[in-house]
Parts: sequence; C-alpha cells; structure tokens
Amino acid sequence: MTQTPPRTRADVDARLDDDIARAWLDEALAEAAGAAKALPTAPSPYTAHSWELCFAAAGRHCGEDNADAVRTLLLVEARPGLDTLTRLYQQGSAAERRAVLQALPALVDGPCAVHLVDDALRTNDTRLVSAAVGPYAAAHLGPHAWRHAVLKCLFTGVPLDAVADLAVRAAGDAELARMLIDYAAERSAAGRDIPHDLDRVLTLTGEKSQRPQEL
Amino acid sequence: MRIFDPHVHMTSRTTDDYEAMYAAGVRALVEPSFWLGQPRTSPASFFDYFDALLGWEPFRAAQYGIAHHCTVALNPKEANDPRCTPVLDALPRYLVKDSVVAVGEIGYDSMTPAEDTALAAQLQLAADHGLPALVHTPHRDKRAGLRRTVDVVRESNLSMERVLLDHLNETTVKHAIDSGCWLGFSIYPDTKMDEDRMVRILRTYGTEKVLVNSAADWGRSDPLKTRKVGDAMLAAGFTEDDVDQVLWRNPVSFYGLSGRLQLDVPKPESLHEGNSVLRSGE
Ligand SMILES: [Zn+2]
Repeated sequence: MTQTPPRTRADVDARLDDDIARAWLDEALAEAAGAAKALPTAPSPYTAHSWELCFAAAGRHCGEDNADAVRTLLLVEARPGLDTLTRLYQQGSAAERRAVLQALPALVDGPCAVHLVDDALRTNDTRLVSAAVGPYAAAHLGPHAWRHAVLKCLFTGVPLDAVADLAVRAAGDAELARMLIDYAAERSAAGRDIPHDLDRVLTLTGEKSQRPQEL
Repeated sequence: MRIFDPHVHMTSRTTDDYEAMYAAGVRALVEPSFWLGQPRTSPASFFDYFDALLGWEPFRAAQYGIAHHCTVALNPKEANDPRCTPVLDALPRYLVKDSVVAVGEIGYDSMTPAEDTALAAQLQLAADHGLPALVHTPHRDKRAGLRRTVDVVRESNLSMERVLLDHLNETTVKHAIDSGCWLGFSIYPDTKMDEDRMVRILRTYGTEKVLVNSAADWGRSDPLKTRKVGDAMLAAGFTEDDVDQVLWRNPVSFYGLSGRLQLDVPKPESLHEGNSVLRSGE
C-alpha cells in the first residue's frame, strides 16, 4: 500500500460544481465504506451493491472531468477484493475500466491483477493504455510485456510521461534499446519523423551508443 | 449548421464516415443497439457489442470531435430467438452506464408474442431507470405496427413524452403525433423516406418534437442524410433556427430526458498524427 489515490477527497470536493454533487459523493462514499465492512458475499452476476451503481453513475453526478477521481475514491473506500475488481473492470465502460486501473496500486499488493493491465494493453484505446502503464504496471509487469507497453505508447501516441518509473525500468535495458532502434529505423525508412519520446527513452536506457549512425 | 444524428450505427461505418460527418457539421450522435445483419446466437455476443458501444466506439468518435452516446436493448428481431432472450436479464447493469441515454431500439419487427414480451419488459426497464425509450416501428405492415406500438406504450409505465417513435413516414405521422410521442424520421438513399418528402412533412406538421436521422448502418445508407435534410429545409424556405431545432435542439431535448448527455468533446485539431485510430497496423 505505498500508492495514494491520485486525488484526495478535499481536492475532488473543491472541483465539484455544487453542493448537490458533494452531497451525492458523501452518500456514495458512505455506501462504499459500508461495503468494505460487510462480509464478503458471492455476488450474483447482474445485481450490484449500490456503491457499484454510484461507481457507474459518477460521470453524470460529478461531471465527466471528475469521474476518474471520484471512481478511484469509491474504490479505495470500498476496498473490493480481486474478484469484485475483476468484475467491475470486465463489466465496466471504458471510463470505469480506467478507474479500476488507476486504483490498482492502492488496492492490490502483488501481481495478481496483472491480467487487467494486460487486457487494457491489448486495446487501442489510448485512455486505457495510458491508465494501464501506471505504478502498478511499473511494479508488476514482466520485462517483455513492459517493453511492448512502452512501444505501444509510442505507436498510439500516448505520451511516455504516463509510464510510471520509466527511467528506473528503462535503465540498462538493452533489449528495449534494440526495439526502439529498430522502430526508429522503420519510421525513417517510411520517411516519417522519429517521436521525441523515442529518443528520450532510448537515452534513459543508457544504451544509446547502439544507435546506428544514419538515424 | 450543428447536427446531432439521433440514430446511426457507427460500428458499421469507417473513419472516413466520421471525418465526413464532422465536416458536414455533426458534433453529436446516438448509436442505438440493433442487430448486426448476422444473427447472434448467445448473450455473450451482445455483451461484447454493448461493451464496444460503451468503449471503443465513443473513443473512435472522440478522435473525430463527435460526442458519442448509445441506447441499449434487445432488438425486436433477435427477441424472437430463445438463445438471445437472456440478454433481457443482463440489461439493468448496462442501463446504469453514464453514456446510455435511452432504452432502444425496442419495438416490433414481425409482431410476434415474443416481441410483445420483450417490448413490454423493456418499456418497464426504461421507466425503472429514468430513461426515455427509442421505439423502432416496423418496416413491414407499418400502419398496423404503429397502432399496436402506440397501444403498448400507452399501457406501459413510461409516459408518452419519454418515447421516440422512429422510422415514421407519411402513413404513420398523423397517428404518431396524436399519441404525444416524439417523432423520428430516418432518411434513406432509396424509397423508404427521402429529404424532399421530409421537407413536405415538416411543412405540413411543423418542426415541434421532430427528429431526423440517417439510421446509417451496414446496408445501403448515408450518414450525411441529416445534413442533406438541413440543406433541403433551407432551400425550401425554412429558417436557420428551424433547422437548428430539428437537427440539434430536439434531439438534445429528447435524449436530455436521461440527464446523461455530455456534449463537450475537444475539437479534433487537438489530436495529433500519432493517434491510434488514424494509424492502422497496431
Ligand atoms: Zn437502427
């Protein structure tokens, strides 16, 4: 539990439009806290505890811009187990899936939720890809999958600032450097420019000297 | 001209269509769930489809500066297949999603007992979830179908002001107006309904509660028909304000009944070349 959620309750409150939204959030968080205390029950596949309804409805009650932060607060408050988290992700809209990914560092110790990160990295939705490469991926994604995640960001235009612990994980990664150099060569061959981020992460590997002269 | 296409199946369209729609003035659309041409044989196929309407398709639309909402339902055609009817039990978990702005398309296809059951159940779901309903009227036996549809809606717990009757034409418009429902017209490249006939209907019955859509899908159809109706209205002497009412304010009012419309989408200029839809091969 090293990671704090991206925003505190006070930050979110300050951003909400009005007292109606704040009152809604109060109630939703209380429902979530109640769920955290309740004994775990096997959920039937299609009925949801009411904090889960709040989780789905966060956008229309708090505004689309605040929905990620509100959903993350709800998840941290409700402390769902892995089964519930997985179900929330699998049955979620893209926005709900993003919130689950963002809450992983606060909710899951160890690599048991990596399948959710893998799922998000298989999509081409940049909102999901950028949420997938946060601190949880930095801590638990294996080397091969992590390198492909970095490459996918470059391919889909996700800024590498989204990749948590980029410098730490890239340092000394000769295989990542090779993949980056090959990708740069492919771009050059197609007459396309080389993304600035590619050069940046290549420098971070410390293996830049491998880079062929003509690039 | 700002345009809201209240009924278009973008899953079946290309990014060229999105680009052309944006250029024509389309800034928002609603994608109703319907059948895909090829019949589905299990509920899981529907769930993947609904997930796409709540995930990938809004993402694609946003790349082109268009706000994407959807309606979710078991369509009347597939309501007749017992392998698909369990979808009805799963609808509640989709109807709570932020971008679901109505239950739909529901209604009649062949007017069977199974369609009666699905229509009544889904009108009730709309009432339970505070959502309006998009009701498809049948293409075959249209007049009788419309009358039966209106009767079922009237018996339901959903008020007529929260129902949009779609695919109307000259033979059904009068009865639809008398019902108090919203009026939807789908404009096709062939004989079902065209822009000049639409203009004549607007002249006769006015612009109040009228929505015009392209209903574009995998069949012969044209996602720019909304714009063509706007142009035909102006050519026929309607004002810019009349056009705005039909092509923007009426759909915003109808789907706004859900309390879930979010119409601000960043302009596509802010997107860059590296975006993942423009780029193939990833
Ligand atoms: Zn349709």
